Amino acid sequence: MNHPWRNSSRLITFLVIYVFASLCLADEEFNVNVKQLAGAKLRALPVIVAKLESSGERALPLLRAMLDGALYYRKSDKRIVAAYRTGTGDFRLDDLLQGLDLKVASKREIKKIVVNNRLRGQIRKIIARITLTSKERVVRELAVDNMLNDLNKANIALLRAVRQSEKDGDILSKLDMAIALDDLKHNDSRQIRLAAIDIIDGRLQPVVLNTLNSLLDMDAEGTPVENDEEVRKRALAAREFIELKISFYEVLQRIFYGLSLGSILLLIATGLAITFGVMGVINMAHGELIMLGAYTAYVVQLLLPGSIEYSILVAIPLAFTVSGLCGILIERYVIRYLRGRPLETLLATFGISLILQQTVRSVFSPLNRQVISPSWLSGSLEINPVFSLTYNRLYILAFAIIVLLCLQLVLKKTKLGLQVRAVSQNRAMARSMGVRTERVDALTFGLGAGVAGVAGVALSQLTNVGPNLGQAYIVDSFMVVVFGGVGNLWGTMVGGFTLGIANKFLEPMTGPVLANIFVLIFIILFIQKRPSGLFPQRGRATE
Amino acid sequence: MKLRRHVGSLFVVLFFGFGVPVYADGHGTIKVGVLHSLSGTMAISETTLKDTVLMMVEKQNEAGGLLGKKLEAVVVDPASNWPLFAEKTRELLTKEKVDVIFGCWTSVSRKSVLPVIEELNGLLFYPVQYEGEESSKNVFYTGAAPNQQAVPAVDYFMNDIGVERWVLAGTDYVYPRTTNKILEAYLKASGVSDDDIMINYTPFGHSDWQGIVSDIKKFGSAGKKTGVVSTINGDANVPFYKELGNQGISAEDIPVVAFSVGEEELSGLDTKPLVGHLAAWNYFQSVESSENDEFISDWKTFIKDDKRVTNDPMEATYIGFKMWAQAVEKAGTTDVDEVEQAMLGITTPNLTGGVAVMNTNHHLSKPVLIGEIQEDGQIETVWETFGTVIGDAWSDYLPASSKLIADWTDPVKCGNFNIETGECSGQNF
Repeated sequence: MNHPWRNSSRLITFLVIYVFASLCLADEEFNVNVKQLAGAKLRALPVIVAKLESSGERALPLLRAMLDGALYYRKSDKRIVAAYRTGTGDFRLDDLLQGLDLKVASKREIKKIVVNNRLRGQIRKIIARITLTSKERVVRELAVDNMLNDLNKANIALLRAVRQSEKDGDILSKLDMAIALDDLKHNDSRQIRLAAIDIIDGRLQPVVLNTLNSLLDMDAEGTPVENDEEVRKRALAAREFIELKISFYEVLQRIFYGLSLGSILLLIATGLAITFGVMGVINMAHGELIMLGAYTAYVVQLLLPGSIEYSILVAIPLAFTVSGLCGILIERYVIRYLRGRPLETLLATFGISLILQQTVRSVFSPLNRQVISPSWLSGSLEINPVFSLTYNRLYILAFAIIVLLCLQLVLKKTKLGLQVRAVSQNRAMARSMGVRTERVDALTFGLGAGVAGVAGVALSQLTNVGPNLGQAYIVDSFMVVVFGGVGNLWGTMVGGFTLGIANKFLEPMTGPVLANIFVLIFIILFIQKRPSGLFPQRGRATE
Repeated sequence: MKLRRHVGSLFVVLFFGFGVPVYADGHGTIKVGVLHSLSGTMAISETTLKDTVLMMVEKQNEAGGLLGKKLEAVVVDPASNWPLFAEKTRELLTKEKVDVIFGCWTSVSRKSVLPVIEELNGLLFYPVQYEGEESSKNVFYTGAAPNQQAVPAVDYFMNDIGVERWVLAGTDYVYPRTTNKILEAYLKASGVSDDDIMINYTPFGHSDWQGIVSDIKKFGSAGKKTGVVSTINGDANVPFYKELGNQGISAEDIPVVAFSVGEEELSGLDTKPLVGHLAAWNYFQSVESSENDEFISDWKTFIKDDKRVTNDPMEATYIGFKMWAQAVEKAGTTDVDEVEQAMLGITTPNLTGGVAVMNTNHHLSKPVLIGEIQEDGQIETVWETFGTVIGDAWSDYLPASSKLIADWTDPVKCGNFNIETGECSGQNF
């Protein structure tokens, strides 16, 4: 009576054993493949890596480590490990296969498995195929995105299969798009193709536009590649819509670039707006004060090797202090003695700028120094495939505005600010009212210099930290201050953003070299017309 | 008074550190002039070459000098100031009476030195890759000509990576402009259409790359494999690669091959965004050869810093110095005309395991290496030419120079001989 039952139980036992055995075999195979990685020649690696795909999810940590260039093998036992550099210069080893606890190793004990571009491309594709069914939404989406660049037959088949079980709306829409692209190219049914065009309509992925372009191309004799009139018409309309959308986002993108350039101009000019605008000192060493700020960021990073992510935040107040103190020294020992002699001030501060440059060159060497960007300042916020905002620029934009607001607050709401304004408006009167003008001068100059230092920290995230850093920005900063109106912080802001946006809209038409020249010519003409800039200072002091 | 005293003491303190090295003065020495910027923008690259020459001089002296005499280095600082290069050359040749000069980095500094060195019949070894289109009797070019760096790199992109769309990006000065002109002509000759070439120039030290990188991204999204050939000058590279990284362009999507990013430049920057991008040179520190191992360990001992790296212009300086020393031994004198003739055909082992030959056009035969940048700032070779390539003084791809050759042996003895008219224009700069 229990015959069938026994049969099926036998079957189950058999199945369990079979599955177990094949798992063991797969396990065995995987381990063999992994072992081959150690010491393999670069040329042999693609074959070994291709074999790893069959192991699926098991191979993922290994492939990811390889993609990041963190895959090593231990010289003593040829064990494959992921190794990450610690603060002390040694490597923390991570056993990817068995989860064993491996100790820290020095660089000599391990050898890197070198990868090249071709291999990275291959690994990325393999990871995409494996993670297409991952449980995590983000990972799946990334996998689909990666596969969009490589829509061959096998991949399309995979995507179609995944389409059946996918539940997430965003991913579904991307899958539909990939499938529609394939339909448009290879399906014979007119109905399906027209529906496919509807699906991809308005999508901004480059692959969509390229597919439409190739669909609408003419062949060598001048006849259209696509012979279905209706399909051609719909494709043309879809292409026009997409191109319109792209050009709209391109304008937005340009505006962001302009604002970002403007924010940098604003940052470097704010300090000068104080020293030059409020005090009337032509400070040619302004650029070097910026440079000192950038070097402060570098030194802070050296002193806090374990916390790259936050060292930049620590550097901001420190850079303010270093550059500010340096500014006070310059004011106290040089500029004070040259009051009312602009030409001499210019020459003396130029001399100081050379001295500072050479000092830095001797202390830190003439080579550029690296300030590593923390991960929260790298990458970009992707709004759609043609419009993205890079994080470092975004933060610097916000930072520039915060610095300006703080400064405005200091000038308008504090006692020091009151005194600064008093001294700049009428020195003799302020003095007779009991303001210690010399002290105020020193502090004002220190404030301007400190802000320059803060700008240096921001610049360290964008460009080289080297002895010549300041020289590149000195002309720009004077330009912004003069354009915006000497002595007016809001003018500096409007000036900075205007010049930034103007520059970025000129750039695609004229190229960056000519764009700079045009902006300069524009300023020369503008100053002819309005010598005191956009927002001239009013009052007795200006006379 | 007080002020003056303070400024005075500041000056004393500052100048203490920067004095020009003083070397023992003595009769019967051979003087080696070193004309590299030790201050100003180019100090970043040129200081290293000054140290390389000093190291070579020291080694030569340890080995007994030349012709029984000690070598003496005379170091001057042209301070990245092009006219000052000419003045300092004059000073080296007339006042110091040096027998040979090792120096210059930028093409504009070399062009500034040329009239002086030809007038006073001096001898200059120029160790940096340059745009070609020149061959002076008084200059030996130990860096790469375009056909020893740019053209093979483009070949690699075209044949091995399958690049179909090209971005030629450069800094706006003579070397990138000429190189890109040659490359453009070369690409068109290979059947690349105008639409597939994008040329872009930026000012020195350009730091705002957002717009250009997004243009490159757009140019590269047309469905064909796109590559960037970069002649962007040193300092502007860091923000360029950073922007590429931030905008999500990886080396697999759009690879960049650079001609002025070497180990020295990489040692000063965060290499994360550069990993996988390419560099084309005639030497990498990572190349394994016994000469190279020796050179690297000598360099680290000399400079007393275990972290310092070696690079291509250093190798060019090394080869130039070795060849000059051999030529002096061969000629038995340091007389410029005799050394110049003795130089032609001289061979010396290069650092990559091959042999460098000085050809009759004053250019070297060199291997061309292409490598991928690694996280540690080293460059790993992924492709190299089979054997060496002879440096071409006059490019075959420019209409104006395709008929010109340089040959400093009898009977031609000319730096720009027109093979069609059989005339030597005699104009060098």
